[in-house]
Amino acid sequence: MARTISYREAINEALAQEMERDGSVIVMGEDNAGGAGGSGAEDAWGGVLGVTKGLYHRFPGRVLDTPISESAFVGAAIGAATRGMRPVAELMFIDFMGVCFDQIFNQAAKFRYMFGGKAQTPVVIRTMYGAGLRAAAQHSQALYPIFTHIPGLKVAVPSSPYEAKGLLIQSIRDNDPVIFCEHKALYDATGDVPEDSYTIPFGEANVVRDGDDVTVVAIGRMVSVAEEAAKALSSSGIEVEIVDPRTTSPLDTETILESVENTGRLVVVDEASPRCNLATDISALVAREAFGSLRAPVEMVTAPHTPVPFSDALEDLYIPDAQRVANAVKSVAEWKR
Amino acid sequence: MTDTLSTSVAHELDENALLQAYRTMRTIRAFEERVHEEFATGEIPGFVHLYAGEEASATGVCAHLDERDAIASTHRGHGHCIAKGVDVKAMMAEIYGKKTGSCQGKGGSMHIADLSKGMLGANGIVGGGPPLICGTALAAKQQGTGGVGVAFFGDGASNQGTTLESLNLASVWNLPAIFVAENNGYAEATASTWSVAADNIADRAAGFGMPGVIVDGFDFFAVYEAAGEAIRRAREGGGPTLIEVKFTRYFGHFEGDQQTYRAQEVAEARENLDCLKRFRSRVTETGRLEEADLTAVDTQVSDLIDAAVDEAKAAPKPTEADLATDVYVSY
Repeated sequence: MARTISYREAINEALAQEMERDGSVIVMGEDNAGGAGGSGAEDAWGGVLGVTKGLYHRFPGRVLDTPISESAFVGAAIGAATRGMRPVAELMFIDFMGVCFDQIFNQAAKFRYMFGGKAQTPVVIRTMYGAGLRAAAQHSQALYPIFTHIPGLKVAVPSSPYEAKGLLIQSIRDNDPVIFCEHKALYDATGDVPEDSYTIPFGEANVVRDGDDVTVVAIGRMVSVAEEAAKALSSSGIEVEIVDPRTTSPLDTETILESVENTGRLVVVDEASPRCNLATDISALVAREAFGSLRAPVEMVTAPHTPVPFSDALEDLYIPDAQRVANAVKSVAEWKR
Repeated sequence: MTDTLSTSVAHELDENALLQAYRTMRTIRAFEERVHEEFATGEIPGFVHLYAGEEASATGVCAHLDERDAIASTHRGHGHCIAKGVDVKAMMAEIYGKKTGSCQGKGGSMHIADLSKGMLGANGIVGGGPPLICGTALAAKQQGTGGVGVAFFGDGASNQGTTLESLNLASVWNLPAIFVAENNGYAEATASTWSVAADNIADRAAGFGMPGVIVDGFDFFAVYEAAGEAIRRAREGGGPTLIEVKFTRYFGHFEGDQQTYRAQEVAEARENLDCLKRFRSRVTETGRLEEADLTAVDTQVSDLIDAAVDEAKAAPKPTEADLATDVYVSY
């Protein structure tokens, strides 16, 4: 039975159902319960934005608060994963990857390969990304392309509550390290989510909307931005097909190429800054693999090549919006040699 | 509250210096209480972390600093800015996201800075500051300026590798660096008595070959004395010091924090341990300053904060032309 819940609730439910099912699943992070050693309540926060709320009492001893020591606890989650646990570590903001990146990209990502296929590291690192909350340059970045770049890591970027639950359960059951990227502006977004446990396989894109005129590939929160643009464009006679890759590594190249082969036109919408991001990666894929189908140059709608600004006046200009997506779609739809 | 040591320190400070210390602490308090009120109206965007209750630390340390010296701060950085002499009106404008702000609206509360004042910024990364201060101290040493670097960091950052590595490096290189651990009891919602696996953060100094000092953070004179000794030693080539300042923050981790993780400490601290009240009674009871002098400062500060808020609200926001400027010096 599906019912309407939030992205935050969907993630919480995925964690709870997997902890219920598998005793090796543990959760750790800064204030994932909150209140450790304090004079007030236990489980005071349930994570800085309340995503892990309630798990601490429901699963005694399996929700671990940590000191602010990202290298140590992210590394510990990775180490525990090599010894039969399935830890879900929360890196509160994706920007904090800078503090602990060695443990992720030199350790977790490489174990399987450099140990000759003998290691298994089923760790999930949940992390919050994205602009929109005026959280400024060090708490707002969309850094999933950096993780996508690293062989050995899988990267999920859920766009809705439904994707969040199914992709997180898959992430926990997956035997490789997974970086699970939650957009901070989506936590209150709601959608239909089945009560029962389910998985969404990695590397399988979702065609969010069918259309024959222009393919729009959108990542994470940009899927809803693309949907908004598509609605407006439909009334002016342009039908957009929206593809949500759901995981950036592995990437479902087949669905993207099939769509472009049908429409002949591509716009990629990516909240990351414009160099070496998913937009450039997918554009290169299409230029190489579907060159014969293209009827217009590829367009990319991304953030500018700047840090994320604080002022609302600037941040609103920074984040790709529906108008920019619509303009890009129109430009490729109307393009003439 | 009769601390003879601190009282003797009080005599080192002339009336102007005492009045300046009070003005700085009062400015920080008034600034933060006003930001607390204004944030509640919804007009201030983003994440704001307030320093109220901790004024004696920034003020007592920075009273020894001059233009040769640099400081690095934390996400709770407004107090450090004010104590290091950053313009209060530009700060307020920055917090409102205005073009006239100290960072042109691009940084906000969490990245508020003024390099011209030797204030290297509030920091969104816990433990981001201490390595930078090893660098500013190294520069001062290489350039022979006699300057020092001061890293303010919290009890949370005391557990970060960057902080521990910096303590070691500062000793190894014998840097003119002072590490001020501001232990306000909670890193976000987690008690420092739980997260710091030692009785005191200052106890860790021994492991890095430097002196470690514990100070009552509600007592300006105690902070002033401990910082004075450490800074003097650093300027003379005697190397780094770790100072742990213990107190309680008056507001939540961030504005909006319901603070269910703690019970009574705040009311107790505000009533009995307030650094401003203690400073005020100390200097008046010993006849160093008159009540009227202090009240005059209160009024001046209040007027300054009013003006800062009015000007910040009226100031223009940055525009599209500002979005992509200042990413590089040249590109």
